[in-house]
Amino acid sequence: MSSNEWPLWEVFIRSKQGLNHKHVGSLRASDASMAIQNARDVYTRRSEGISIWVVPSSLIIASDPSEMDAFFEPSDDKVYRHPTFYNLPEGIEHM
Amino acid sequence: MDTLIQDKLEKEFQEKIDKDIKIEPNDWMPESYRKTLIRQISQHAHSEIVGMLPEGNRAPSLRRKAVLLAKVQDEAGHGLYLYSATETLGVSREDTIDDLHAGKVKYSSIFNYPTLTWADIGAIGWLVDGAAIMNQVPLCRTSYGPYARAMVKICKEESFHQRQGYEIISNLMKGTEEQKAMAQDAVNRFWWPSLMMFGPSDADSKHTEQSIRWRIKRHTNDELRQMFVDATVPQAELIGLTLPDPALAWNESRGHYDFGDIDWDEFWQVVGGNGPCNKERIEARIKAKKDGEWVREAALAYAKKHQTN
Repeated sequence: MSSNEWPLWEVFIRSKQGLNHKHVGSLRASDASMAIQNARDVYTRRSEGISIWVVPSSLIIASDPSEMDAFFEPSDDKVYRHPTFYNLPEGIEHM
Repeated sequence: MDTLIQDKLEKEFQEKIDKDIKIEPNDWMPESYRKTLIRQISQHAHSEIVGMLPEGNRAPSLRRKAVLLAKVQDEAGHGLYLYSATETLGVSREDTIDDLHAGKVKYSSIFNYPTLTWADIGAIGWLVDGAAIMNQVPLCRTSYGPYARAMVKICKEESFHQRQGYEIISNLMKGTEEQKAMAQDAVNRFWWPSLMMFGPSDADSKHTEQSIRWRIKRHTNDELRQMFVDATVPQAELIGLTLPDPALAWNESRGHYDFGDIDWDEFWQVVGGNGPCNKERIEARIKAKKDGEWVREAALAYAKKHQTN
């Protein structure tokens, strides 16, 4: 068995001007320019994109899903961050 | 791991599944769920790659050839989306491929049948890709996120494959007696193997029950097979083809077509490695990997050299 496996890259694609790049999957390539070429061939055969980012998978740092509840909890206990928390006087319809 | 903790995690896992919350790569999952997915997704990926056969050389026109090459390119892409999904489960693509070459994992039994004529390309597109779509559409809602997302992409692309096959067969059926006979012959050979693509009957399918509970699969093999027969019979009738099953008949009370018994001996023989082309197909994969070795090596050497500069 060979040990020449190419590194893994994560692929992000902007589908059209004005939208974010979005993760679409991964692929293997020997270097960045090959990763971009392969991403074009694999993920944009039917005009799915106008811009591609590739990032070595090993460089992605992710939050820990098992700590999800505690980690994201602070955003749940501050209801006053949402506009619906506030009472508006009668007569104000749009604000 | 402590069995109490294990039980608790498994219970929470099943609750998520029951609520149709997708499982994502870093989430806790039972080892057997992970293994089942690796087996199913890699088997699916291998099927896409083994199915990339160079039939383009037989295409009767430039249009047909261009279409077929686009289809083969899609299949390479589908294989890659699926290998990419497998890699999120902690196995490398190369190990997965080596397992195929070592005969440890399977691929769709259909690719172990030879393609003899141009009409076979039509029959394969229509019946084989048709059966694959029947299998794949429900997998867009499978419980594992990366697999479901790969399937969404695949299904969008796959319907062109079925249509191109049906177009080939339909055109042959509008042709000379010889062309009609060629189409009928291809359908005669590919009908039963297409039905076998859905796998063993529910009574003999050892993985189905657990896979349905985990919502990896959404329908049983027999349910999907019935859906395929119901969808395909009218398509055959419309263009004047006879499906090679004397027992095939509309059953008013069931609201489905009845069909004859599948030759399960043949199925198990082919799955077990004794189909007409098993050896040839695997040898082609091993050769492709070996012949590409120097390219992979050279590309890596080039990348390393340019990194240090």
